Amino acid sequence: MDFLYSVTADPVLQIVEDPVFFLQIILEGLMAGVMYSLVALGFCLIYKASGVFNFAQGVMMVLAVMCMVTVYDAGFGILLALLVAMVFMVGLSFAIERVVLRPMVNQPQIILFMATIGLAFFLEGFGEFIFGGSSQKIVPTEALHIGRDALLIPMFGSEIRLQQLDLTAGVCAALLVATLALFFQKTTVGRALRAVADDHQAALSVGIPLRSMWVIVWSVAGLVALVTGIMWGASSSVDFSLVLIAMKAFPVLILGGFTSVPGVIVGGLIIGVGEKVAELYWGDALGGSIEEWFAYVLALVFLMFRPQGLFGEKIIERV
Amino acid sequence: MAANGGALLKVKNVEVIYDHVILVLKGVSFDVPEGGIVALLGANGAGKTTTLKAISNLLRSERGDVTKGSIEYLGERVDQLSSNDLVKKGVIQVMEGRHCFEHLTVEENLLTGAYTRRDGRAEIYKDLELVYDYFPLLKDRRRSQAGYTSGGEQQMTALGRALMARPKMILLDEPSLGLAPQLVEEIFDIVRRLNEDEGVTFLLAEQNTNMALKYADYGYILENGRIVMDGEAATLRENEDVKEFYLGLSSGKRKSYRDVKHYRRRKRWLA
Repeated sequence: MDFLYSVTADPVLQIVEDPVFFLQIILEGLMAGVMYSLVALGFCLIYKASGVFNFAQGVMMVLAVMCMVTVYDAGFGILLALLVAMVFMVGLSFAIERVVLRPMVNQPQIILFMATIGLAFFLEGFGEFIFGGSSQKIVPTEALHIGRDALLIPMFGSEIRLQQLDLTAGVCAALLVATLALFFQKTTVGRALRAVADDHQAALSVGIPLRSMWVIVWSVAGLVALVTGIMWGASSSVDFSLVLIAMKAFPVLILGGFTSVPGVIVGGLIIGVGEKVAELYWGDALGGSIEEWFAYVLALVFLMFRPQGLFGEKIIERV
Repeated sequence: MAANGGALLKVKNVEVIYDHVILVLKGVSFDVPEGGIVALLGANGAGKTTTLKAISNLLRSERGDVTKGSIEYLGERVDQLSSNDLVKKGVIQVMEGRHCFEHLTVEENLLTGAYTRRDGRAEIYKDLELVYDYFPLLKDRRRSQAGYTSGGEQQMTALGRALMARPKMILLDEPSLGLAPQLVEEIFDIVRRLNEDEGVTFLLAEQNTNMALKYADYGYILENGRIVMDGEAATLRENEDVKEFYLGLSSGKRKSYRDVKHYRRRKRWLA
């Protein structure tokens, strides 16, 4: 009975007792969710356009921000640093297309996936070689005009704290998603990218050049990785252990659907809020550290009942 | 064109090998005259699709290679071009089995066909209306996802998508595949109208010999990667062997199995 009470009635009572604290938790969850969404966005883009699950996305994120910080630390301006990082990511996309993707045209997806795993290991080593592996680097938040303070919002006679960094991340994510949605739905190149995702051969047959499509989409994913890397780097520090954050993108993608940009955002928010709330209100009853596994269990449930995710493209089967 | 003997496309002694070992085309040669409808006929595995893909350069992505011979379009060799360049030059393939982009709407499918064009939005949308004129059915379904449309509508979408590239020549692979006879006739009627009104040249690969010879001007019959017979469509239709083996019409009395075997052997020698 004690256990039943602590998983059913007790959390509800706690929420009713202190609703402002509950709101604070929700808000923090949403902000964490935005960060997850940003990571998942890069995966989603590449998957959409080439059907490849890019295992190297996490490393690309670290490389992008490493490059930016290294240039800045060498005494160049922040704008130049950002520019160099962007050029670096686009150059990387060209290289990946030439060396990894081009020889693999028309291979089964699983082979491309394996290739990206190899790419991830290579890039990590390569990154450590260029930028130095051990030293942690700090993202220059002042130069980027990202505030480090917390905003206090009065609510029901109490206050809710909102980190400026989180707020910036939220705005960035919203802008990115809006731009990408427009790009995919309204432009010729966006349409061609969706066509490539559906059917490589048919896309070739109507004269869509597969190679440039891949360079474009990997470049865009690289730029998203740069933004994501800056945000994550700003909240802690920059080193190659950040790669692990990419693991959080898997459940987000499964929840939102691998091919849907809005799905990635909603999936991220659900997971962010879900794990924070679960940890605080159900944590004691279920033995703590729910935050660690909550997302993965949720993803598992989704795989059972809705494998295409919330907004994923339905698997079309004509009967 | 006059220098090229009036042929828009000249395929000379082309040999195709898949995966470095499997010899699929063993020296295929034929011409497609400008403004004509030419049919490539033959059974499964004869090499029709491979021939079309060799021309449109889609072979390389399937580990196939043109190892001998040449393909000339407008008097220029095109066998090393990418499919993208070839579409720009006016040769586009409609693949067997439709291959629509299933998650795109019908209209988006059509618009992807115009990807290589650089003559501006207005021109492209004018051609979109033209395609809708030819396929009124597609106009009603323009907002539906192509994956959910019927087989006939998908074939129309695929053909319309190719038209959006403003091609001089369409390589049409097995348009009758999986369609009801009435619909097949409708598609072929549209092919003829496109040929007459828009001046599009067609190279058609078909198993449906009867239908293809009804609409084509000239036909080539492929067997085991070789052309074994060719002629005006009307002549081929009257040819006893074509009637017997491809049209399913025999000359009345039943033949004994031994005669058939003998005939097949003789034909292989001739090829």
